[in-house]
Amino acid sequence: MLNYRDMSVADLLALAPPGWGGVLLDGLWLSLQVAGAGYIIGLLIGGSGALLKISGGPLTRDLLTCYTTLVRSIPELVLILLIYFAGPVALNQLLSALGLPKIEISPLVAGITVIALVQGAYITEVVRGAIEAIPVGHIEAARSLGMRPFTIFRRITLPELLPTALPGLSNLWLIATKDTALLAVVGFSELTLVARQAAATTKHHLLFLCAAGLLYLIVSVISNWLFRRLENRVNRGQSHV
Amino acid sequence: MFKAQVLVAHRIALALFFAALFALAAVNMQWDWIPDYAAKILQGLAKTIVLLISTSIAGFILCIPIALAQVCGPKPLAWLAHKFCTIIRGTPLLLQIWLLYYGLGSIFPYVPGLREAWIWPYLIDPWPYAFVALTLSFAGYEGETMRGAFAGVAKGELEAGHALGMHPFTILRRIWLPRAIQRVLPTLNGELILQLKATPLVATIAVVDTYAIFARIRQETYIIYEPLLLLALTYLLLAGLITLLCKYFEAKSRARLSS
Amino acid sequence: MKFKKLLLATTASLMLLSTAASADITRIGIATEPYPPFSVPDAAGNYNGWEIEIANAVCAAAKLECEIVASAWDGIIPSLKAEKIDVIAASLSVTAARLKVIDFSNKYYQTGAALIGAANSSIAPTAAGVGGKTIGIQSASIHQAYAAKHFPDASIREYQSQDEANQDLFAGRIDATLADVLTLDAFLASEEGQACCKLLGIAKNDVEILGEGIGFGLRKGNDELKAKLNAAIDQIRSDGTYAKISAKYFDFNIYGD
Repeated sequence: MLNYRDMSVADLLALAPPGWGGVLLDGLWLSLQVAGAGYIIGLLIGGSGALLKISGGPLTRDLLTCYTTLVRSIPELVLILLIYFAGPVALNQLLSALGLPKIEISPLVAGITVIALVQGAYITEVVRGAIEAIPVGHIEAARSLGMRPFTIFRRITLPELLPTALPGLSNLWLIATKDTALLAVVGFSELTLVARQAAATTKHHLLFLCAAGLLYLIVSVISNWLFRRLENRVNRGQSHV
Repeated sequence: MFKAQVLVAHRIALALFFAALFALAAVNMQWDWIPDYAAKILQGLAKTIVLLISTSIAGFILCIPIALAQVCGPKPLAWLAHKFCTIIRGTPLLLQIWLLYYGLGSIFPYVPGLREAWIWPYLIDPWPYAFVALTLSFAGYEGETMRGAFAGVAKGELEAGHALGMHPFTILRRIWLPRAIQRVLPTLNGELILQLKATPLVATIAVVDTYAIFARIRQETYIIYEPLLLLALTYLLLAGLITLLCKYFEAKSRARLSS
Repeated sequence: MKFKKLLLATTASLMLLSTAASADITRIGIATEPYPPFSVPDAAGNYNGWEIEIANAVCAAAKLECEIVASAWDGIIPSLKAEKIDVIAASLSVTAARLKVIDFSNKYYQTGAALIGAANSSIAPTAAGVGGKTIGIQSASIHQAYAAKHFPDASIREYQSQDEANQDLFAGRIDATLADVLTLDAFLASEEGQACCKLLGIAKNDVEILGEGIGFGLRKGNDELKAKLNAAIDQIRSDGTYAKISAKYFDFNIYGD
C-alpha cells in the first residue's frame, strides 16, 4: 500500500499516478460530457415541449403537463435510481415484445437520459414562458407580411424569445452540471465520486473534497461569464427600460 | 361549449388510463412489505418534513442579511455575501454535505480537548450537519432571489418612509422587508419543492429520512422497483401538498391585500 | 410530426451511444467504495486488491474474457438483476436471504464478523455489551442483518461503505463498528486504525445470517457460467494460483477449509 499520508499536496494532486489530479480531471470531463449531452437533448425536448404545449391539442398539453409536473416534483436522486435500474429492464421488455434485440444501457447513457429528462421538463416551462411573453402582434404582423412559419421562427420568435429565456436557461445549465454529482450514488465515476474515492483512499478528505468543489466552481464561473456574453449579444437592439 | 366537452372527454380518458395503470401496478406488483415497514416509513416521512420545514425557515431568516449585505452593505460585507452565494450555487449540494460531514470529521482527532467540549454531542450526530448544509443551501439560493426583491422595491416607497421620519430599521421592518417578501412569495413554491428534493441527499451521511428508509427496504427485501415507485409517489404527494399550501397562503394574502 | 422526428433522432442517437449487449464479455461487478485489502481504487482509475486478483485469475482459468465494472455497493444486486453486470465479486456472503433472489458460485473465501472500537473501549460483541452504544455498519451488508437481530438495544448507524464507518470511528462519532474481520484487520493496521482503535472481539457466529463463506453472485438460471466459475475456483485452488495471490495479502489460510 502506498503511504499517502506523508505526501505533499502537490504530489497528491499531481496529474500522473500516484497523484489523483488526473483522476479528478477525468471525472470532471465525464461530468461535463453527461451535463453537456443531457442539456442539449434537454433543449430539444424542452423546445419541442414548449411548442407543443402552446400549439398542441388538449391531450398533448395535458400529457406534457403530467411530464413536467412529475419530473419536477420527484427528487433527481430517485429519478436516477428509477431510470438506472428500472429503465433498462422496461426498455428491454418493450424491445423483446417488439421482436427487437436487447440493448445494454451504459451508465453514461443512463446518466445522460436522467439529466436530459429533468432538463427537458424545466426547459419546457422556461421556453413556454418566454414564447408567451412575445406580443402576439409581432407574429401576426410577420404573418400578414407573408413570412413563412420557419422565417417567422428565425426572424421573430427566436430573437424575441432568447433575451427572456436565457437567464433561465443559464441557470438550468448550472443545475445540469451540479446534478451530475448525484450519479455518484449509482457508482458513476464522475467528479464527486472520484473525489470521494480519492479522499477515502488517501485519507485526505478536506483536500480532495475542496479540490472537487473548486473545479465545480470554476465551471460555474466560466459558464456564467459565457452566458453573460451571450445575453449581451442577444440583448443588442432590445430597448432597455 | 364543444371545446369544453372535448376537454372533459380526454381528461376522463387520461384519468381512466392512469387509474388502470395504478390498478395494474397494485395487483401485479409486490406490495406485501408495506405493512412491515409502515411505521418506519412514517418515521422517515416525519424526519423529511421536519428537515424541510426547519431548514427552509432557518435558511429564509439567514438569507435576509445575506441579501441586504449585497444590496446596501459595506463593500467587504457585500463581497463576502456575494462570494457565499456564488460558492453555494456553484457547487453540488452532495459535495457540500460530504465536505461538511466527512471533511470536518477527518480533522476531529487532531483537535485536542474536542471530545470533552460541550459541542461534542452535536458533532457526533449527523443530524446537525444535515441541518446546516440544507440551511446554507436554501440561504444561498434564496439570498440571490431576495437580493433582486430588495433591489426591486420602488425607491419612492422607501423615500416616503424616510420623509415621515422613520428610523432606517423601522423602514426595513415596516416597508422594505414586507414589500420584498411579497415579491418573492410567488417563487417560494418552487424553492420549497427544490428544497424537498434536496433532502434525500442527507441519507448519504447516515441520516434516516424517507429516502434512507426506502433504501433499507430495497436492501432487506431485495425488491428493486416497487419501493422506488412508492418512494417517487411519496415525494410527488409531498410536492403536491406544498403547492396546495402555497396556493392557499397566496390566496389568503391576496384576499387580505384587496380587503 | 417534427416532434416525432426529434424523438426518433434522440432514440437513435441513444441507441448508438449504447453498445449492443454482447454475450462474449463477462462483466465482473465490484463496488466503487474502497474495501481494503480486497478492493482499493488507485490514482490511475483502476481497482487493485486480493479480490480483484482472484477474480482475474478465475476468469483466466475459466477462459472468460472479463471486464471489471464498478457500481455502488448498495445497488450491486439490483445491478446484477438489471443485467448491468454478470458476476458479483464484491465479498458477497452466501446467505439464505440472498439465495432467494440470486444464485452463487461455490465459496472462494470465508471470514467472520468482528467488532472494533476505540483503544480505551471495553465493549463486548454481545447484546448486553453494545446496549446503548452507537454501532456503525455498512448498509445492505450481512452485518446490518446481524446487528438488527443480535444487537437490539444498540443504536445502529448505517453507512454506504465500511470505509465511511471506519472514518467515523476514527473521528469518534461512533462507539464501534461491526464488519468483516479481514477488512477490519486492514483498517487496524493502517495509521488511523493504529492511532484510534482495537479489536473488541469476534461476534458469535450465526450461519443463517452470516452465511457460509463468500461466493460469486450470479443471476438465477445462469448455470453454465456458474459451472465454469466453480471449476475455475477449484483449478486456481489446486494449481497454487490462489495460495500465491493470498500470500501477498494474508499470512493465514483465508479459504477456511
